Amino acid sequence: MTDRLGIVTEASLERGVEVRLDGPVSVEDMVVGRYVTIEGQQRRFFGMITDVSLGVTDQRLTVTPPDVTDPFIREVLTGTSTYGSIHVTPMLTIGGDAESILEGPQPVKTIPGHFSVVNLASEEDIERVFGSEDPQRFHIGNPLDMETKLCLNLEEFVKRSNGIFGKSGTGKTFLTRILLIGMLQKSQAVNLIFDMHNEYGWEGSSEGTTGKVKGLKQWGQSKVAIFTLDKENSATRKVPTDFTVQIGYDEITPEDISVLRSTLNLTELAVEAAYQLRRRFGKGWLRETLALGEGDTSQEDIDGILKEANIHESSFQSLRRGLGIIQRLGFVVPQAPEDAVKHILNQLDRGVSVVLEFGRYREISAYLLVANMLSRRIYAQYQERSEKARANDTALPQPLVITIEEAHKFLSTEVAGKTIFGTIAREMRKYNVSLLVIDQRPSGIDEEVMSQMGTKITCLLDNEKDIDSVLAGVSGKNELKAVLARLAPKQQALIFGHAVPMPVAFQPREYGSAQSYKEFGQAGSQTDTARAEKDIEELWE
Amino acid sequence: MRFINNQSSGKIAEVIEAETTRFTAQCYDLYGLPPLGSLVHTGDVYAIVFNASTSSLEPGRKPLARGKDETTEEDIYKSSPQLAKLLRSEFEAVTVGFKDVESLRQYLPPQPARIHAFVYLCQPDEVKEFGGSFDFLDILVNAALPIPAEELIAASLRQMSRVQDDPRAFLVAAGKELASLLSSQYDRLKSILGRLS
Ligand SMILES: Nc1ncnc2c1ncn2[C@@H]1O[C@H](COP(=O)(O)OP(=O)(O)O)[C@@H](O)[C@H]1O
Ligand SMILES: [Mg+2]
Repeated sequence: MTDRLGIVTEASLERGVEVRLDGPVSVEDMVVGRYVTIEGQQRRFFGMITDVSLGVTDQRLTVTPPDVTDPFIREVLTGTSTYGSIHVTPMLTIGGDAESILEGPQPVKTIPGHFSVVNLASEEDIERVFGSEDPQRFHIGNPLDMETKLCLNLEEFVKRSNGIFGKSGTGKTFLTRILLIGMLQKSQAVNLIFDMHNEYGWEGSSEGTTGKVKGLKQWGQSKVAIFTLDKENSATRKVPTDFTVQIGYDEITPEDISVLRSTLNLTELAVEAAYQLRRRFGKGWLRETLALGEGDTSQEDIDGILKEANIHESSFQSLRRGLGIIQRLGFVVPQAPEDAVKHILNQLDRGVSVVLEFGRYREISAYLLVANMLSRRIYAQYQERSEKARANDTALPQPLVITIEEAHKFLSTEVAGKTIFGTIAREMRKYNVSLLVIDQRPSGIDEEVMSQMGTKITCLLDNEKDIDSVLAGVSGKNELKAVLARLAPKQQALIFGHAVPMPVAFQPREYGSAQSYKEFGQAGSQTDTARAEKDIEELWE
Repeated sequence: MRFINNQSSGKIAEVIEAETTRFTAQCYDLYGLPPLGSLVHTGDVYAIVFNASTSSLEPGRKPLARGKDETTEEDIYKSSPQLAKLLRSEFEAVTVGFKDVESLRQYLPPQPARIHAFVYLCQPDEVKEFGGSFDFLDILVNAALPIPAEELIAASLRQMSRVQDDPRAFLVAAGKELASLLSSQYDRLKSILGRLS
């Protein structure tokens, strides 16, 4: 395939650029999502192929098609009377003079002239726009159909909350793992990962041939701690855990219950009852509520309390049932032996990222409860420290990135206002805490929260509502939609937003082979490399 | 018959009528006609043969049929040698360019050919040089001729292709040029291409 594709025949800022392909260029080589450059008179444009079509100069050709079995006729007509065209959405321009080259890529405010030549973007072009691997930039994959490394500035990335989306099985977990490794290696941020399916800490599963892939701890022994909610389960999986998290009754607040409202199938009034009971009993409200009706309390006494607190009997029963579900979670104990939050903070303060495994507690209620509760309290600490630091002009706490899955459960319009995650997403890292949310149903996430996310990476989505919600507010939305809808079902993604100069469809790095471990290792520090090599040896012994 | 023998290098005809866009020439030899579509030149003017005729020298007088008692057609001419003097072959050519000092221009010349100017059939290297550009196709496509332009274009391209190193590539390139000239006249394009493949 030649690098020259064709010439600009039509263009408008609003609708993009129409490019007529040269005769020798086959339409079938043109895939949406690929990058092209347009050589304008004064500047170069970078754009993405967002549509491919066929055209004829004379409609009669379609009515009485030529004899295409004749290779001569076919060759003559290809690229002349019958031609391919591509639709290009310009994303950036680079001016021609020295000054503009220094300024770097700029947003598109004009269009290329008639018959400007269109080329496939070269490796250097991509590198000029996205930068090459360096202490901040991490190689996350390569642009579709290109060998070039696509690099992401992770310092920039962690400045905002970000999202990773895609249907189930499209590669979200793999992508997240790659980004987390990148953050461990290249950013100042520490991570707190709520690992619902036990796939980030020690070892994850893969549908690929290897069956198993390494988790984070195998990358940065000293920089990652694995906490678990289910000690036995972790032990069965031979995971070297650092701490077992247990949650005492006292640590659970009515706010935590309100987030679980729809998951626990509680009525509004039942949630209201939780608040009233806390007013009545104080910190020990949960223990007291659970005790009501279990032990010696007479029905009369109960009725009295309910009446006094203005709680209807049915709301109380609804609440009791919900609290019963929480009580039965193995990690919820009347009195926690140690304060999990303190332990997590200890690690984070030492620059060690924490992965919290859920073990067998894969039910969403457990996940919502724990992630929300722990994050709320950790966030409060960061808030306090940040405010102190600002007041005393001392250093802010080390940036923290909290990773959550099933994000729509925390960030739906109904609960976003109540969960700590809604607050973090909206505050744009006021207190140096940001989110990495992973979700397969982004349309379930509150619109405002979505709009606050800095960078979005999305694998294939096929639900129209999900696509709309991910692309809301992006320029060239309709064109990107076409690209998004045509991503491969696995290991292809579209990234756009704050941390990248322009949207780009890419193939995330291969993760899981011995070779890939070696390469990821090389990007890290020398010691990491040595360890990775040792690990690989062990793996293949 | 002198000229026929070295027709490849010598003059073949003489201009007897000329205008800017075309000329008529009379051949020195009866039936010494250049083929339809061939490239000829007279002076600086290049033209493509689009029509030819053989008729009686005296206007209005038609020849009589003479072959009743002859076995072959050639015998007719043998037994009436004067015939060659009574008949003449003429052809018409459409102007497609001219030589301007050193370079070939494929557009109309400032002056038409002159009467009595000698007409030569172009040599392979001249044809090759002329075929280096397809601008002349534009003239042919738009020429008002008594024969269909598609026939003429196909004939001339077939002729030219024979002297090219890669005849097929030449025809494909010419075809593409035509496809753009006839971008909204697919029917015409189709009939030319059909005569080329
Ligand atoms: N970057 C990658 N490298 C290697 N395999 C991948 C990659 N991305 C996806 N895969 C394959 O696709 C499967 C599904 O990916 P996964 O991340 O588990 O999807 P999701 O989390 O979106 O459900 C993996 O088990 C793996 O086999
Ligand atoms: Mg997953």
